[in-house]
Amino acid sequence: MDGHQKIIEGIPASPGIAIGTALKYEKLKPKITKKEIKEEEVEVEIERFLRAIEKSKSELSKILKLAIERIGSEGAQIFEAQLLMLDDKTMIDKIIERIKTEKFNAESIVNDEVEKYVKFMQSSGDEYLKERANDLEDLKNRVIRNIQQEKWLSRFDTSRIVVAENLTPADTILFSRNQVLGYITDLGGYTSHTAILARALKIPAVVGLKEATKFIKTGDTVILDGYKGIVIVNPDQSLIEQYQEKMKRIAELERKLEQLKQLPAETMDGKKFTLLANIEFPDEVDEAIENGAEGIGLFRTEYIINNSIIPDEDEQFEEYLRVAEKIYPGKVVIRTFDIGGDKIFKDYHKEDNPFLGWRGIRIGLDRPDILLTQLRAILRASIKGNVMIMFPMVTTIDEVREIKKYVEIAKSQLREKNVKFDENIKIGVMIEVPSSALMAKEMAREVDFFSIGTNDLIQYTLAVDRGNETVAKIFQEFHPAVLRLIQFVIESAHRSKIPVSMCGEMAGDPLATILLVGLGLDEFSTVPKSIPKIKQIIRSIKFKDAKRISKRALIFKTQSEVIDYLRKELKDLISEFEI
Amino acid sequence: MIKKEVEIKNRTGLHTRPAAMLVKLASKFKSDFFIEKNGMEINGKSIIGVMSLAAEQGSKLILKFDGEDEEEAAEAIVKLFESGFGELEELKEENKDGRSSKDN
Repeated sequence: MDGHQKIIEGIPASPGIAIGTALKYEKLKPKITKKEIKEEEVEVEIERFLRAIEKSKSELSKILKLAIERIGSEGAQIFEAQLLMLDDKTMIDKIIERIKTEKFNAESIVNDEVEKYVKFMQSSGDEYLKERANDLEDLKNRVIRNIQQEKWLSRFDTSRIVVAENLTPADTILFSRNQVLGYITDLGGYTSHTAILARALKIPAVVGLKEATKFIKTGDTVILDGYKGIVIVNPDQSLIEQYQEKMKRIAELERKLEQLKQLPAETMDGKKFTLLANIEFPDEVDEAIENGAEGIGLFRTEYIINNSIIPDEDEQFEEYLRVAEKIYPGKVVIRTFDIGGDKIFKDYHKEDNPFLGWRGIRIGLDRPDILLTQLRAILRASIKGNVMIMFPMVTTIDEVREIKKYVEIAKSQLREKNVKFDENIKIGVMIEVPSSALMAKEMAREVDFFSIGTNDLIQYTLAVDRGNETVAKIFQEFHPAVLRLIQFVIESAHRSKIPVSMCGEMAGDPLATILLVGLGLDEFSTVPKSIPKIKQIIRSIKFKDAKRISKRALIFKTQSEVIDYLRKELKDLISEFEI
Repeated sequence: MIKKEVEIKNRTGLHTRPAAMLVKLASKFKSDFFIEKNGMEINGKSIIGVMSLAAEQGSKLILKFDGEDEEEAAEAIVKLFESGFGELEELKEENKDGRSSKDN
């Protein structure tokens, strides 16, 4: 150790922290020299090639078996594809033929022949094929290495953090047999094979560090922070201790989470609540489930729109179905596009005040083509009965009625084509505009559920843009006006016997939990990682106390009074809980 | 020689699994089997070749069969394309005619 601490930033690819000794893994690309062979060597050369194919098959079969054991058959598909490619008789015959006629050594012919296809695939626009091109290249190197009878290191004795320029899927799986503490690579991104496999294996990883292999030597002490995506080379003792402390806390937290996950969100006196997750991408469903979410309370669909291009119905359907299937039997509330016109139609639509402009359902109602396409895609994903539709930025009852008409149109369009969907799909609206909150009683008779979007509700109630730093301090979650609106919305919903959810940030704020429980909010939908916290609070209070506290909290005239009061009550109730 | 034009119906296109099915079936026949797409021609009995075609849903391919059993080969392989490599069946079970028009 030369004692110079260095921090390198990369991409957080798999969460977790590792402190340990680096092992630099340098996989040399096979050296291929083109060598002419004599007529009598042809048979030997073909024999070398065929033996290498067999050897590669047996290696890959072992890797496939290992991968299935560790991460299941879905994740192991990469290796199955490679095995299939090794069985390509046409390719094998072609290579043998070329060895016979051209009379060059096997590895140079293999390289030349396979590379043609790698180039084809790389040049395609298809992401899937580009990945397959890497697999084929990786396979080619495996066969060539076996022709040359070289071995790749994949075992080591003590626990190590593997540092490499890049890792193939096979490397990532094979190293996991050893006590690998983490993966550090120069190349790769969040969705590269190494990253996906590392997450599946639950091994911390930071990728895309660009020059990690330049700064790290085998034997260096390294801290890998897979949460932040940083690597610290030769850390100071104090930093090591900090990280050790952090690892202890994380382990403790994980143990608690695991326990909590199994338990219901139920108060001490038996009142049950539903905890759901907000997600932005289908992949986040896993995180939601890991944190104990019973379903998805808000699936934002804006991510689908890429560069002003809205995908067609089939493509949208596949995305929605993926989430619906993954979370089944839990439910998923799919929200139609909640985006400003200035964002979708960047090139020609400009507004001075987009937050008060053409956004959310306003666009949908003006552009039924967009709305109907999305509705049909959502309906098709509802076949198992666990999908609900939610509309954003609803301001008037007229809009709700118009929305319902479009849902009926979308349904009849599907019926005409004999496409099945959930006939009884539930329709709800976001309550995020003061007018909707104040009309909640009437609104509740029109829909199946409400979801309170606190971020916008606060912004519109207090007339403050929270992105604007100058006025950000007026953005008050606990402003009495906001709380009274929330109370009114919940009461109005319950009068019509429909459930109310909250999907704004307030639902994940521990300070608000007692208040919301007391007001009778049915469902809390938060970012996945807030779920355990909220559950813990719900489990440590009594519903009757929460009711009393919320009643009192609503009497105050200023946010600071409310906050002081809630802090005190929260502390009294759950002393061991730190905010 | 027989020439047939087909369209890829299944959602995922000629990716790994359908490609493997196609190659396996083609290899049962003695006839040569080539696939042409946008002027590029590959051997239909090679999975690497088939995959590198990057044939996605909706692409049109020309299939060429040449040999003693070319008629049987053509019939069986065209059928496989028409069935959507079994994917359509799976889809129908869950969501009757799950794919609909892309027009609106």
